Amino acid sequence: MEGQWYDAEAGPLVRPYAMTGGRTKPGPHGVRFDLIALVVVDPDGGEGAVGAAGSPLGPEHRALLGLCRSETQSVAELAAEADLPVGVVRVLLGDLLEAGHVKVSRPVPPAQLPDERILREVIEGLRAL
Amino acid sequence: MGLHDNGTDGPVAGTGAGADGDDEELAALALKILVAGGFGVGKTTLVGSVSEIRPLRTEEALSRAGELVDDTEGVDQKTTTTVAMDFGRITIRSGLSLYLFGTPGQDRFWFMWDELSQGALGAVVLADTRRLEDCFPAVDYFEHRRIPFVVAVNCFTEARHHGAHEVSRALDLDQGTPVVLCDARDRDSGKEVLIRLVEYAGRVHTARLLESVEPQAGPV
Ligand SMILES: Nc1nc2c(ncn2[C@@H]2O[C@H](COP(=O)(O)OP(=O)(O)O)[C@@H](O)[C@H]2O)c(=O)[nH]1
Ligand SMILES: [Mg+2]
Repeated sequence: MEGQWYDAEAGPLVRPYAMTGGRTKPGPHGVRFDLIALVVVDPDGGEGAVGAAGSPLGPEHRALLGLCRSETQSVAELAAEADLPVGVVRVLLGDLLEAGHVKVSRPVPPAQLPDERILREVIEGLRAL
Repeated sequence: MGLHDNGTDGPVAGTGAGADGDDEELAALALKILVAGGFGVGKTTLVGSVSEIRPLRTEEALSRAGELVDDTEGVDQKTTTTVAMDFGRITIRSGLSLYLFGTPGQDRFWFMWDELSQGALGAVVLADTRRLEDCFPAVDYFEHRRIPFVVAVNCFTEARHHGAHEVSRALDLDQGTPVVLCDARDRDSGKEVLIRLVEYAGRVHTARLLESVEPQAGPV
């Protein structure tokens, strides 16, 4: 845990959107996935094309799919594990969602957040850790 | 946004209306907790000590103007930079996880908090009594947005010991906002901080529910 974990230091300049073909927004659905939205592989989804242009899955798409296959992942985890900026991951996930490869849960509506029963479960779970 | 229950965002899911068709429910539930505070106060340490996964850092791409790039049409890629957030996870049970996000400490990344704090269960503001003022902005931020938070005083060995009351007074905290002394390096200590936060968030939420149920009319 040396200096490499110091947060907030801006990294080097990057061109992160090359792999999305310059697209900086998810597809027509316009979904902006929450950082903790959960992504699961749709078992019925094939290995088909993505995007309006029907372009084949790129290596980053496959990497994300592979990560989700092993375990349900949040958007933030996917970004960290795939070592991609969150913005890029959102675009790629948008592709995968549209093509039916994955399902993405909506974040919990804030107003419904903390259900008392759930919070008690969280507290007990933390104690038991 | 935030945890307001004032309905300004339109109808909230779950009230009937039947427009939920495409929202196939996934059993999994993810709760978000933020860890904020000045530089070097122990955010990365805290996230690392309670998380079950190795501390991950996830990056956001930003334009120089400080906007998240995916909010910006046709941004000039040459002016893009990245910022890292600490990130950790605690699985309570299958289908119920806590996610921790260390918020970027530098002022120029404040705008990122708006995204991070959306839908957050609450926040931990880490404080170092030798530089208490470093956490003022975080305290202000969460108070303004009515996001439940606890102040966790990271007790560095070199620091003079201060009582929780003293810190609470120095920060001019609202009554009820918990102040916890902790050692960010210690897993049990970190867990205790989270427990206090979840308990407090529950109390705040319950109080707000009651507020919203009872009309402004005076007492019986
Ligand atoms: N003595 C002591 N050192 C700590 C404690 N918490 C963090 N540190 C050290 O303080 C430094 C900064 O901590 P870090 O977690 O990176 O701070 P951040 O900038 O808020 O993420 C690191 O070298 C940590 O090892 C603590 O409770 N006691
Ligand atoms: Mg840090």
